[in-house]
Amino acid sequence: MPSTLEIAFTLNGRPARVSVAVSMSALAMLRETLDLTGAKLACGEGECGACTIIVDGMSVNSCILFAADCDGRDITTIEGLQGDSGLDPVQRAFIELGSVQCGFCTPGMIMQARTILDRHPNPDAETIRRGLEGNICRCTGYSKIIEAVQAAARG
Amino acid sequence: MAGAATRGRSGLDDYAAPTSLVEAAQLAADGPVTILAGGTDLMPQSEWGKLELTGRLLNIRRIPELAGIEVSGETVRLGALVTVTEILDSDTLARRAGVLVEAADRFASEQLRNMSSIGGNVCNASPAGDMIIPLLLLDAEAELARWAGNKLDSRRVPLDRFFTGPGTTVRRADEILTALHFPTPPDGFVGGFRKFGPRPALEIAMAAVGIAGVRDAKTLSNARAAFGAVAPTPMRGRATEAAIEGTTLDGAAIAAAGETAAGEVSPITDVRASEWYRRHLVRVLTEELLSHAVDT
Repeated sequence: MPSTLEIAFTLNGRPARVSVAVSMSALAMLRETLDLTGAKLACGEGECGACTIIVDGMSVNSCILFAADCDGRDITTIEGLQGDSGLDPVQRAFIELGSVQCGFCTPGMIMQARTILDRHPNPDAETIRRGLEGNICRCTGYSKIIEAVQAAARG
Repeated sequence: MAGAATRGRSGLDDYAAPTSLVEAAQLAADGPVTILAGGTDLMPQSEWGKLELTGRLLNIRRIPELAGIEVSGETVRLGALVTVTEILDSDTLARRAGVLVEAADRFASEQLRNMSSIGGNVCNASPAGDMIIPLLLLDAEAELARWAGNKLDSRRVPLDRFFTGPGTTVRRADEILTALHFPTPPDGFVGGFRKFGPRPALEIAMAAVGIAGVRDAKTLSNARAAFGAVAPTPMRGRATEAAIEGTTLDGAAIAAAGETAAGEVSPITDVRASEWYRRHLVRVLTEELLSHAVDT
């Protein structure tokens, strides 16, 4: 019988308190316990980025993060990216430039793009490509994704 | 869905997140533990059934003594919890031990660099462990701590004696790797790291080579060579070092060193590459690194 524990953390700007199994991944906690299905389970081993969330200001693969290790931390998911003033510029750019096809990689791609821009407010295409190394897209060929990140940087 | 997510981890029966090394060591001495730092190897390997996680999940990520990069004139100490991102972002390491930063730059992806601990990379002991190659070049030692009944005991193991096989090390089950130490490289120390694989990121190397030494014009003294993914463990190339040491590294000498390197490793044929191709890569990467070391 897997042990469970109670954890408390900040989720999308609000305090959260959840009971999780020791063996549970953060992704499973988000999707199954908290009903936040934006982060996706694709490879399940940290190799595709579809599960990317932001923890303590850094992007991580939630599928290989233990839920228990979220205790006391500051977590942002795609659902929390938009603020009170509407969509994040990255989200808006993806929509306006048509950088979404099947959409499965999109939440993780947007979260990673957000952290790239947080550190490089004016990135060139190479910086964006390097930053998105951990996010796989099977549909778009990446060009429109890179254009969207550049457009979001321009504001 | 939930069942699939816990495969390979259903043997975990407890959780602890101590905030001191003493507490962690006592817990490790108290019963079977699975040590969690970044978790980037624990999760996938337990999903595949390669690892059965059992006992108490011991999260060491909140122990301050295990964090931090300290560089003095004499030694560098990397706390076990130092992430690959921290290494990549360290100006001090870029100046004093650049080969470590070069390896960090090619490591996995940003998300994985943010999560991966240097201690975890060493303890996971992949024959292709990217961060292990530069640590071998730098003559690093692993510091291991355990609870010895009434106090903390620690020992240091040189990294070239730390690995015993693919995924196995001399670390005892009740020991925690606390830090990696290496002498601060002297002025004139140059180093390079190259890995080869089918894509520039998120790949386990087919072959990886590291070369370092103190450069004087076209010679390297105190030469170091290390190889990854071409033997049961990451290894120092002593024969290659002997071929490099103090020699004027012209074309012929570089070719000879590449030949020695290719003969010194013991690669296998597996899903990623064949044995002959790995030897070829070792030769090519060794020659490239040597040319680069004396031509720039």
